[in-house]
Amino acid sequence: MKKKVLWKLILIGVTVVLAVIFFLPNTPAFKYMPDWWKKTMPDKGIVLGLDLQGGLHLVFEVEGDKAVEITAGRYAARLQDLFAKKKLTAEVNVNGPDITISPSSAEIKQVVEDNYSTLMPVGTGNKIVYRISDKEARRIKDNAADQALETIRNRIDQFGVAEPTIVRQGENEIVVQLPGVKDPKRAIDLIGKTAQLEFKLVDDESKVAAELPQSIAPGEEEDILRKFADKIPPDDEILFEKRVNAETGAVRKVPFLLKKQASLTGDLLSDAKVNIDTRFSEPYVSLSFNEAGAKVFEEITAENVKKRLAIILDNTVYSAPVIQEKISGGNAQITGHFSMEEAKDLSIVLRAGALPAPLKMLQNVTVGPSLGMDSIEAGKMAGLIGTIAVIIFMIFYYRLSGVIADFALLLNIVLLLGAMASLNATLTLPGIAGIILAVGMAVDSNVLMFERMRDELRAGKTPRSAVDSGYDKAFWTIFDSHVTTLITAAVLFQFGTGPIKGFAVTLSLGVTINLFTALVGTKSVFDIINSKHDLKKLSI
Amino acid sequence: MIELIKNPNINFLGRKNIAFIFSGILVAIGIFAMVQVATGRANLGIDFAGGTAIQFKFEKPVAMHAVRLALEKGGLKDFDLQEFPAVNKMLIRVKNTETDLGKVSDAVTNILSQAFPDNKYVIDSSTSIGPKVGGRLKADAAKAIAFAVVGILIYVAFRFQFKFGVGATIATFHDVLAVLGLFYLMGKEINLILVTALLTVAGYSLTDTVVVFDRIRENLKIKQRESVEAVMNSSINEVLSRTIITSATVLITSIALFLFGGEVIHDFALAMILGVIVGTYSSIFVASPIVLVWGGKRPFAKT
Repeated sequence: MKKKVLWKLILIGVTVVLAVIFFLPNTPAFKYMPDWWKKTMPDKGIVLGLDLQGGLHLVFEVEGDKAVEITAGRYAARLQDLFAKKKLTAEVNVNGPDITISPSSAEIKQVVEDNYSTLMPVGTGNKIVYRISDKEARRIKDNAADQALETIRNRIDQFGVAEPTIVRQGENEIVVQLPGVKDPKRAIDLIGKTAQLEFKLVDDESKVAAELPQSIAPGEEEDILRKFADKIPPDDEILFEKRVNAETGAVRKVPFLLKKQASLTGDLLSDAKVNIDTRFSEPYVSLSFNEAGAKVFEEITAENVKKRLAIILDNTVYSAPVIQEKISGGNAQITGHFSMEEAKDLSIVLRAGALPAPLKMLQNVTVGPSLGMDSIEAGKMAGLIGTIAVIIFMIFYYRLSGVIADFALLLNIVLLLGAMASLNATLTLPGIAGIILAVGMAVDSNVLMFERMRDELRAGKTPRSAVDSGYDKAFWTIFDSHVTTLITAAVLFQFGTGPIKGFAVTLSLGVTINLFTALVGTKSVFDIINSKHDLKKLSI
Repeated sequence: MIELIKNPNINFLGRKNIAFIFSGILVAIGIFAMVQVATGRANLGIDFAGGTAIQFKFEKPVAMHAVRLALEKGGLKDFDLQEFPAVNKMLIRVKNTETDLGKVSDAVTNILSQAFPDNKYVIDSSTSIGPKVGGRLKADAAKAIAFAVVGILIYVAFRFQFKFGVGATIATFHDVLAVLGLFYLMGKEINLILVTALLTVAGYSLTDTVVVFDRIRENLKIKQRESVEAVMNSSINEVLSRTIITSATVLITSIALFLFGGEVIHDFALAMILGVIVGTYSSIFVASPIVLVWGGKRPFAKT
């Protein structure tokens, strides 16, 4: 055997062995390997895509504008404090991203400039309207996206999903992928909860409080808000508690008149844990404030004994217990007839922190596990039948040479799976289709060669030279055909979404490997045959 | 040797006028379909139009009209149903988009639970796409097609001549438009996976065309004294076997996918089957006549 051919065979052998090693983790055989193998050899093969494994793919938009508004609100509150401390009378109002201060004066302008250089005056007159500068607004939005990313990641870490993917996309979008998640609805709720925790004092002293109805039906909140909009004092607001009757399941909403300004907020929490109330066997969430929070909590409770303190999450009142006495030590409880899961999720969300801005869901793809299994089975079946059909056809039409082509085909499949495993590529359902298509196209190169060889034989050449010249002439055509498929595969990879990217990957790999097996593999076999016998006739 | 057709000698180019008419019709349908897609009047999948698609797997068989009635009673308009009776699966597509993506799927699942209380179901998959993402996917698909066309043009121009780059691109485009048109006529959904199939068909059809061009060029060099038309005819006849066999193998695997691959890639397989058939036809009856008409006295003659 010529040396060149021997080297080619060795190359093929090595690649096959490598392919098997890389692909082993995807087969049941991996379990039976000895421990030393499992430690040193690759243990992660092809990764199943979401559409095969089941799971969740979400795209969120971080509503940066709201983050800017929230920041404006915080600035406004602080300014109000500063004005009070300096004994300046002014009314500070927030309208969206704008802060309106009236009346204006030189001292007020000075205070604003000294403390918030990023506030730009917009408009003049007796009232000054300030707005956060564009540059600062952009910075806030960018930070909000980063912070949202971190918060979501924290929440999901605690939720416990294997191998989640959480990344930023573009300016203000976040992509979350949770493979194999069992309860998609719960996961979505967990991620999307803004989790803005606030403690606000209930204003029982105002006359308006007595006029509020005891409870209303859900859906009537808008009516109540409109009715009382002008009557309530300017620093108060109305929020609702949801009460579910344990026996009938009927839902009522209870209005509360509250001070707008929050006495405490969730960022002062240091921990939130789930506990079970022994009396009613109901889970509740116990909160611990940090040092600063504990101090504020102590002050509030000391100054407002016998008044009610409402615990509010995302603008919904959860409970409003009466402050019996000053509370030191910074511990509080949130009760609300939670299920164990609800309590757990609430504690996760409070621990991970509030989202800096609301999330708007742009895309949600949920694949149940059963579809994934069905798809894999279908893919396997189609692949098997397709491959067998092609193999039989090749033998029938090209006889022994057909067998050689089939050997190249099988080599193709083995190397393709190995290559994908070595890259830890993601296999999607279109990806399986890509593999099967590559099988169909794989034979093409061999057909090109065989037809050429037949031409040469017909022209009267000897079998040996027919093989060689058929091969050489077919080479460039084979090369061209593969490049054209690679062009479209590259485009699909660049612009396609997840499953389509998977298709592009398998198609590209399949086509490239096919170049290798056709040019190296099939040729070697013919060379061996050529060198061993004096070919009088070519079985083609 | 088993041969498909012994020493074929079919006058392909003689039939080029009929071929042009036939192709013209196919392309016209395709262009019409493209316009309909661009203006949103075709059966656009939620990939492009936005909306919610939920696939249910029921325990027992469920009638499509019963589901339709239940959904209509529940207040849903503008939806589409597709059933897979062999596996008790039903795909419900609600076009048009709420601002709150979760609401639609909740509404649908509630309606179904109430309407068919003793037929339990499992949600195979649910996809909700808001208008922003839908618009982006549409734009991406358009870009993909544009880049593919440019890539093909450059490559063939580089391997042959610019004129034939254009010719090959036209032939490829012809195939893509033909499949798109056929899908439009069949009322099939136009979505991202179809675009994937179309691009794959494009790549595959181009391969075919290039093989034919290759052979024509080679023969024109050798057979200097024969007419261009005769050389083309004989070249095509020479590669006829190879073209048909290759198409056959891809067709076999595509049919396997179509019959056994499951409902998700069912339409993709159909597009591949149609694409392969049209692609083979175009390599023989469209690409070469274009070279003949445009090629001048001696095509492929490198100056």
